[in-house]
This record gives sequence, structure tokens and C-alpha cells, in this order.
Amino acid sequence: MSEPDHFAFDEASEAEVRKFLARYPDGKQASAVIPLLYVVQHQMGRSTGSAWVPRVAMDVVAARLGMPPIRVYEVATFYFMFNMKPIGRYHLQVCGTTPCWLRGSDDVLRACKDAGHLKGYGDTSPDGLFTLTEVECLGGCVNAPILAVDDDYHEDLTYETTVALIEKLRRGERPAPGSAIGRQTSAPIGGPLTLTEGAE
Amino acid sequence: MAKLSVDGIEVEVPNGASVIQACEAAGIEIPRFCYHERLSVAGNCRMCLVEVEKAPKPVASCAYPVAEGMKVFTDTPMVRNARRGVMEFLLINHPLDCPICDQGGECDLQDQAVGYGMDRSRYAEEKRVVKDKYVGPLIKTIMTRCIQCTRCVRFAAEVAGTPELGATNRGENLEIGTYVEKALTSELSGNLIDICPVGALTSRPYAYAARPWELRKTDSIDVQDATGTATRVDTRGPEVMRILPRVNEAVNEEWMADRGRFSFDGLKRKRLDRPWVRRRGKLAPATWPEAFAAIAAKLDATAPERIGAVSGDLVDAESTLALRDLMRSYGAVNLDCRQDGAAIDATRGDYFRFNSGIAGIDEADAILLIGTDLRREAPVINARVRKRWTHGGVAIAYVGPTTDLTYPAQHLGDGPSAMQGFTEALDAAKRPMIILGRGALARADGAAVLAAAWKLAQDSGALTPEWHGFNLLHLFGGQVGALELGFVQGKTLGAMMGGEVDALWLLGADGFDPARIGAETFVIYQGHHGDRAAARADVILPGAAYTEKDATYVNTEGRAQRAFRAIHPPGEAREDWRILRAYSEGVGKTLPYDTIDAVRAALAAAAPCFGAIDMLAAPGCTDTAGPMAEVPLGEAAFIYPLTSYHLADQIARASDVMAECASIYGGAAPRLAAE
Repeated sequence: MSEPDHFAFDEASEAEVRKFLARYPDGKQASAVIPLLYVVQHQMGRSTGSAWVPRVAMDVVAARLGMPPIRVYEVATFYFMFNMKPIGRYHLQVCGTTPCWLRGSDDVLRACKDAGHLKGYGDTSPDGLFTLTEVECLGGCVNAPILAVDDDYHEDLTYETTVALIEKLRRGERPAPGSAIGRQTSAPIGGPLTLTEGAE
Repeated sequence: MAKLSVDGIEVEVPNGASVIQACEAAGIEIPRFCYHERLSVAGNCRMCLVEVEKAPKPVASCAYPVAEGMKVFTDTPMVRNARRGVMEFLLINHPLDCPICDQGGECDLQDQAVGYGMDRSRYAEEKRVVKDKYVGPLIKTIMTRCIQCTRCVRFAAEVAGTPELGATNRGENLEIGTYVEKALTSELSGNLIDICPVGALTSRPYAYAARPWELRKTDSIDVQDATGTATRVDTRGPEVMRILPRVNEAVNEEWMADRGRFSFDGLKRKRLDRPWVRRRGKLAPATWPEAFAAIAAKLDATAPERIGAVSGDLVDAESTLALRDLMRSYGAVNLDCRQDGAAIDATRGDYFRFNSGIAGIDEADAILLIGTDLRREAPVINARVRKRWTHGGVAIAYVGPTTDLTYPAQHLGDGPSAMQGFTEALDAAKRPMIILGRGALARADGAAVLAAAWKLAQDSGALTPEWHGFNLLHLFGGQVGALELGFVQGKTLGAMMGGEVDALWLLGADGFDPARIGAETFVIYQGHHGDRAAARADVILPGAAYTEKDATYVNTEGRAQRAFRAIHPPGEAREDWRILRAYSEGVGKTLPYDTIDAVRAALAAAAPCFGAIDMLAAPGCTDTAGPMAEVPLGEAAFIYPLTSYHLADQIARASDVMAECASIYGGAAPRLAAE
């Protein structure tokens, strides 16, 4: 997939754009640049199966917000969350920061490579389904290790659960995000240990 | 005002000033890269660290506001150490390619590394490499040398008003560029080369041409627009290597327009370097006496009222005066310097000057542009208007075809009637300014446009004893000088070309289509470039370009400024006033001056501005009576006079660099082949 020659917000995006623009006072619309870039990326994901931000879309955002295009390019290229190149349908983002690493992120990475047929970070699988990216701390250290698939966190992963997750994705299923071992949010494994009295 | 001490020196600076400004006020040099007094503060290079009493760490003096009683130290072990450390970091990714770098010898990083850095490097790892960017035909980029001070980004966004440069990606991968490859669209892009503290942005036409210490530097004036930009012509031997701006706060601050800066290669091409005389329909090389004899034979045989003279756009005041006096000695009365046919009323100085002054723009609170595409006609003045706009509290509008001025301006309409649409803002303003483009007068109802613009200024209270809000913007550096000297007399150029004269002396006048000159008219072309008019001439006298003579030019404000000779004219070409003086002696009408000083004394006697170099006439308007118009005001839309910014004058038309710019930026005018 290469740079499209045209981009326009679809109806769903248009509603989002209006919602974000309403948050900022007149003349400060440029503040909405990051939300709007997300809107673009989500729309690209919906319509083409590859959630990325093409240049023409950044120009559309710039025109919409009344800012020079270069200022949008600066923001979009600064943040890793915006994909400046086409990616696979599922964006596998492995957290490799210390807590996840200590809890076995290397296994998660290996599982992604094996199950997703990926050579390493930055690679997109031959079937165009997966793109593998290393990310810094996702802020979910309590449930480490974490694999973020697009916007969903999958937590408490092992090699096996990661492979299973990827196989489900390949079949077109969307597994529920959250802990793979069924823990409630970030509560202790096996259930609460304190304040148990009267909980029944 | 705040009082503080810098290294024990007491200084007083305005509240809100930064520590670096206080240090400068104390006469202490602070090394810096990202800080530039005409740009916003970025504070990212960290080179300007100083020690402030009670502050726990070194502070970046460019971004640190002064406070009463502050004690600043700029030469303590802490400061020295900090600077050495910062310099070491800056040099980590900076290539050591000074021997092949065009900035070498005038590089801030090189100088400051020697002055404040360590004497050796401890860095043995790999350096990062950045791909060079294409940003147009004028600027060469070697982005590996970039230290990411972002001066260029800020200049493009703030001063030039063309936010096309930015810093994309981040951290180790941060790069300065346009992201999408494109040529910068600014007419001030050459200034990026000057503000870049390293060799990342250098001049493409000057690439690998010379070292700064080989160059002889001569003060000059840019005549290729009417701003009167102070310049420095750098020459090596007989060649102009480059042209740079000088600081003149009242005129160009420190900026310069691209056409004046980059068309110097046109000074070497298509030059007239010997006299030519047309024999049996063909121009043939001749000697000076032969050329003079051919002219004398014709002029002596022609009735004085059938002789005309036209002064060109780039001509110095000395030469114009000499031609005027020569023509008067013949009894000839047909003089014109308005090649564009602009209906300029030269009877009073303030009818054709930029009376508010360029610095006056800083005080204006309502600005109306009439028939002028200011951005292309005077980029430096346009930057000044933009600067005024960034400070706020000003209403700006324009009349003429839709154009992008780099700042928001209300578009009132295309034709003269739209002028009235801004009266409310002008009336409310204390210092209203009306800038009338010379192009708006070059039409059938030009006189009426002039009268209407003046009337508008008068009605809106722009003409007071303290403030003169009527401004005429000229296009080239030689135009106002000729008007000051009254080179407008008798028949107009249009009438002269229509066969009403038998002999026409064109002094550098190349701004019109010479095919309009009557077939029977004997044409003398005196000038430096073999362009359109020279091809039509019967006698060609080779003159000197502005870099080749000591000369006086008057800018659009009526400010007379001196340019000095940087190189000698090529071949047999001579300074123009000397040619006229030599000719006059040969025909027994010797002009009464033998030296440049004598010419200048005559200039000062002829018009007051030449007696007060670099000064303006007294501000304010003492007589509000306006110029007269005998024609009614028309309805036709204004047309901007410059069809191509890059090919607007004869030097630029001879320049390869400008031709390339014109082909890239569009608006390429068909080039008329010279013989």
C-alpha cells in the first residue's frame, strides 16, 4: 500500500472531529491536532485495514485546523503512536521496558515472531496481518508483560497465551482485552488479599 | 528598568529583558547558537549558560529574565565548565569537515569551539548522519552539520511568514527540513544562510567558490528593488563572489531579498564591454571616439525639441544628473524616468516618496496597500509589515488581485473603487498608512489613482505635521533618484517612442519593449547589459553596473545612500557619468564637473536629499494639497507590475540562478534575445 492521493473524513470521523474541535476556544483549534491525527489513523484502519497517517491526511488536518502543514508533520512524526508508514491489520506492540522484561516480555516477543511470522521489530508479516513494534512503558506494569494490539492491552501473557492470542486474531476474532489469567483489573492474582471481610 | 551587575559591571536594562541582553549591555560577549535577537527565544542550544548568584545551576541566559539586584557571572569555573560541556555535546554529532565546509572561517560553531570548547575530543563512537534536503535552487543543505538550533525554522515562520521548515521526528532522529520535499517559497530565503550558525545551510551559487578571508568587502546598496537594502559586496580579483546584507535598522534591519542577493552572476553575463555603432543596419564594434562621433553627428543635426532622454531603473543619481545636464546643454527638454508610464507627479517630493519611512511601519496602526504586491515588490518592507502585524494592534487591508502577503490582510477588491472600503479603520487609526504601488499608477487613469490615494490619506487624517501616511512604493533603486533630480520634463516616454523625437538617449533604460520605439528614431543605449534595448540601439555606450562605480542611490523613502566600487567595469566600459562628461567635452558642451566630488556637490545643489546622505526629509506633512488629476478614476482592476519576481530587472535577466528560480517558482517571462 502506498501514499493515497486523496483523504477525506468519513461520517463517523466527522462526528469525532466536531466533538474534539468543540473542546477548544476559537482561534485555538490547533490544540486538537493530536486527537484529529488519531481520528485519521482510526479511519484509515477502518477503511483500508491499515491504521496509519498518510501525508494527504495530515494536509487535511492542517487545513481543518488552520495551521501550516509542517506543524502537523512535526507533531505526527514526533509521537510513535502515529504510524507514518502503512502497517498490518493488527499492530502488535510489545512493551520491552524493565518490569515487562523482568516478567517475560522476551517470551512475548518470541511468540509474536513465531506465531505472526515476523522477523523482528519493524517487520510486517507477509500476509499483511501483523506489524511488530517495540514500545516503551505502556503504564501497565502491574500486569506485566503486556502486548498492546492496536488500542487494546493484553496482560499477564506467556509464550503460550500470546500464541493463542495471535492465532485468534488471525482467524478474525477480537479477544477481549485485559488479563490473560483472568485477574480482576490489577488486583492480586487469585483474588483480593486484603479487605476480604464483609466482601461476600 | 532593572539594575543588575554582570561580572561586577552595573547595568540597567528594561524589565522583561533577558540576562543575555543585560550581558550585551555590559559589553560582555556570551556565546550562543539558537538565540537571535530578531527571533523568538528557543533556549535549546544551551551555549549561553551563565552563573546567577543564588541559582543552584547554570542558567540559559537567553531565556532567563533579569531581576532587580541580580548578580550575573559569566567567567567563573562553573560557567567555563558548562560551556565546555555543552560544546562537547554539540560536537558529538557534528562532522569535523571544516576544511571542505563553506562556512569555514565564518562559522559560529568553529569560532566558539575554539573560544569556549575543549582542546581535544573524547568522543570515539559513531556520529549520526542525516540525509541532505532539497529546499530550492538557492540554498544548499548539508544536514549532518545541523546542530538543531531551529533558527531557520523560526526565521521561516516568524520573519518570512512562510512556515515551511520544521523539525520532524525526535531525539537522535530529529531532522530539520520541509518533510515533503519542496523549494522554499520565500523571497527572503537567502537570509537562512546568514542566520544558520553552522554550515548546514549555505549558498548554492557560492558553493566551494571562495573563503571569506580571500574576499575584499565593499559596502554597497541593493538597487534591484527600491528598499535600499544595505549590502556588502564580496569580491575576489575582478569577480563578485557573493552579496550579503549589512545591518541598517532604519531600512532593512539585517535582511535582504533574494533577487539582490543571488543575481550577481548576472553581472558577469551579457555585459556590454565595448562601444558599438550600427552601420548599414548591423551593429559593429567601434571605438569610443567613433561612437561619440556618431552620436554627435546625429544630435547636432536634430532640433533640441526632437531629442529625448530616458533614465533607467538601476541608474545612479550621478549619471542621471550628468545626462540631465547634458540634455539641457543641448536645449533638449524631453526627459523621462518613468519607463513603466506611471503617472507620478514629480512636482513635490512627498508625492512620490515613501513618506512614513520604512521604520515608520513599526508605528502604524492601520495599513492599506493599494495596487502593490508588497511581498514581491519589496520583500524586506513586507517583512517589516509582517513584523508590525505580529506585534498586534494593526489593521491591514489591500486592494488588487488576490495575493498572499504572508500575514492576514483584508482583501477589499481588485479595482480603485475598493479603496474606500477601509475608511473606518483608517479613520480610527492614530497612524494610518497608505502604501500605493507604483504599478497602480502605470495605467490610463494613473493620475486619478494617485489623486484618490492622496485624498484618502488626507480624509483619514494621515497627513499631519507629525505623521505622513501617504507612501509610494517604487520598484527599483534608480527610480527615486531620477525623480528627485526632476528627470521628468516635456514629452513622456510614450510620446517619445511614438515618433515625436528623432534621437533617444536611453541611460540604462531597459524596462519597456523597445519594439515600441519608432523605426526612424536614432537610439543611443548607454548601459551595462546587452538586453532588449541594446539590441534596438544605433549606438551602444558600455556603462558600469552598480557594483562597479562609486554612486548614490535614493531608495523609495527618499533616502540617499552611497554605494562604493567593488570591482572595475569589464573591458572598455566606464562609469556612466564619466562617459557623459567625456562626450560633453568632445562636443564642446563640457559639463561643469571633473571629479566625483564635484558631481556630488552638483547633486546636493540639485536636490536636498543628496546633501544629507542616509537621512530622511523631515517627517510629517506641511501641505496637504494633493496632486491633480485630469482623468476620471476608472474601474479596471489593478495589475501587479512584476510578472516574475526573479526576472524583474536586467541584471536578474542575465542571471542563470534567477532563470532557474523563475523556472522552478513559475512566472517565467519569455526572454527576449539580445543580438
